[in-house]
Amino acid sequence: MILTYIETREKRIKKSSLEALSEARRTAEALGTETAAAVLGTGMDGLAAELASCGVARIYLLENPSLDRYSTQDYAAVLAELIKKLGPQAVFFSATAMGKDLAPRLAARLGVGLAADCTQVSVRDGALEFTRPIFAGNALLSFRLTCSPQIVSLRPNVFPFGAAASAGETIREAVEIPAARTRAEVTEVLQEGGEEIDVCEADVIISGGRGMKGPENFALLREISELIPRSAVGASRSAVDSGWIGHQHQVGQTGKTVSPNLYLAFGISGAIQHLAGMSSSKVIVAVNKDPDAPIFKVADFGVVGDLFQVIPPLKEELKKLRG
Amino acid sequence: MDILVFVKRVPDTESKIRVQRETNSVIEEGLNFILSPYDEYALEEALRIRTAKGGKVVAVTVGREESLVILRKCLAMGADEAVLIKDPLPETYDGLRTARVIARFAQARFPEAKLLLFGKQSVGADNSQVPSMVAEFLGIGQANVVVKLDVEGETATALREIEGAQEKVSLALPAVVSAQKGLNEPRYETLKGIMMAKKKAIPVVPLEELGFKPDELTPCVTVIKMDQPPARKAGRVVTGEAPETARQLVEFLHNEAKII
Repeated sequence: MILTYIETREKRIKKSSLEALSEARRTAEALGTETAAAVLGTGMDGLAAELASCGVARIYLLENPSLDRYSTQDYAAVLAELIKKLGPQAVFFSATAMGKDLAPRLAARLGVGLAADCTQVSVRDGALEFTRPIFAGNALLSFRLTCSPQIVSLRPNVFPFGAAASAGETIREAVEIPAARTRAEVTEVLQEGGEEIDVCEADVIISGGRGMKGPENFALLREISELIPRSAVGASRSAVDSGWIGHQHQVGQTGKTVSPNLYLAFGISGAIQHLAGMSSSKVIVAVNKDPDAPIFKVADFGVVGDLFQVIPPLKEELKKLRG
Repeated sequence: MDILVFVKRVPDTESKIRVQRETNSVIEEGLNFILSPYDEYALEEALRIRTAKGGKVVAVTVGREESLVILRKCLAMGADEAVLIKDPLPETYDGLRTARVIARFAQARFPEAKLLLFGKQSVGADNSQVPSMVAEFLGIGQANVVVKLDVEGETATALREIEGAQEKVSLALPAVVSAQKGLNEPRYETLKGIMMAKKKAIPVVPLEELGFKPDELTPCVTVIKMDQPPARKAGRVVTGEAPETARQLVEFLHNEAKII
């Protein structure tokens, strides 16, 4: 069995959890085994139907009102109990903020290794093989884990979502939460910038670098973002270090590693540490004054020109497309 | 209040990484090595807490003798002590193993430490797993990817970054915290600090002294291969009047890439 942890936020399933579930199903088929999913918290009944449409055989709803708010320790404890009972070969997570916090804690609790932030999972001779980018994507590491169960987290936006019909048996369980020596508790979630999507989750990233010349010009990128659904504004390290935009927007080795469908780079020259963080994007477009900028070596489409001249007509063209 | 800061020696983020396929390792020749950038935020935070609350800051790394350089840097920045846990193995990419070593060391040598600080990941292995694993082994709370930390008596409050929001985490001490960019602005070493750091002895703790059973530290990661990622091909580049290039760009996105 491959068990997938389903992450929810405000009682909705994270898209990247469905990606992980789809990959779990593909892997389970290759291993000749079945899939299961675990959802934590109360009032999650509505999600079971949605999970059934992803081809999952058994859906475990682990209920306790104190699981309605995320706690690393409680979640790890509850999942560890389920895993001891089910004995899955592997447990899949999405490598989101929660996945990166929870999966290693669970792995340590079980005393097993973790394949973190993988971009490929394959089955060879009946064993799982993982590939993950290291050095922010400057190299790829393929490896196996010699332990059981194997805990795996998958990079968001990399694995395709695939629907599949299944009966999807739902199993509801009231769970106990064990005591811990000292505790950490999430007391509040502070929303920033309203409905803004995080660069890690965006389908399209519109990024600015030193060529943006100042913080006020990032408004131009936000205007483009408003014309493109599921897009977010990103930035290079030099723009962030100049204080033009918050570091949560930074793409690159000391920022976020992203793989959107489209990466639009405005005034970004393409330092190694930036390229590392975005070169797994499906399509890259660069606008830069300097025809020798390294970013053009990785761009599928490049515009040599002044971004301040290019952006206004670009917005007009995008508006035309939207009708 | 005693604070442990766990640091790692990594290649400079501006370096070009080359892979030796025969040995499945990174070619170290010509690389410049630094203190992992996120570890600098962790150390800076520790120094600030010490200034406010007293106690001492101990910088610790797991590695080979080459790592002494970054411990000297930590001392030069202001750490009171530094310790090298000497590990004969090169990079294993196995977070569980490193976490076992760190947890055992912390328990055996600094049982009174109130905070265990880390960078949110080492740049390089990019595993983001050691801090959480150490917290689990020690049975204490954790907050990862932290951009703000306030310590008050026996508790701490951390703001941790999640997608498009922040979680406020209340921690009973001792606890594990991993630092994200934005937590603070790390200081530079002073000349005086560098001179003092040169004079300080750095104790070396061999792994054997931590009393592991023979198999306990066998890596659970078996590397199959290390490779460069496939190189991207440069695509089309257009020049000319802005309205025309903008039109060509959108046409490419709409008709060829079919994204917009």
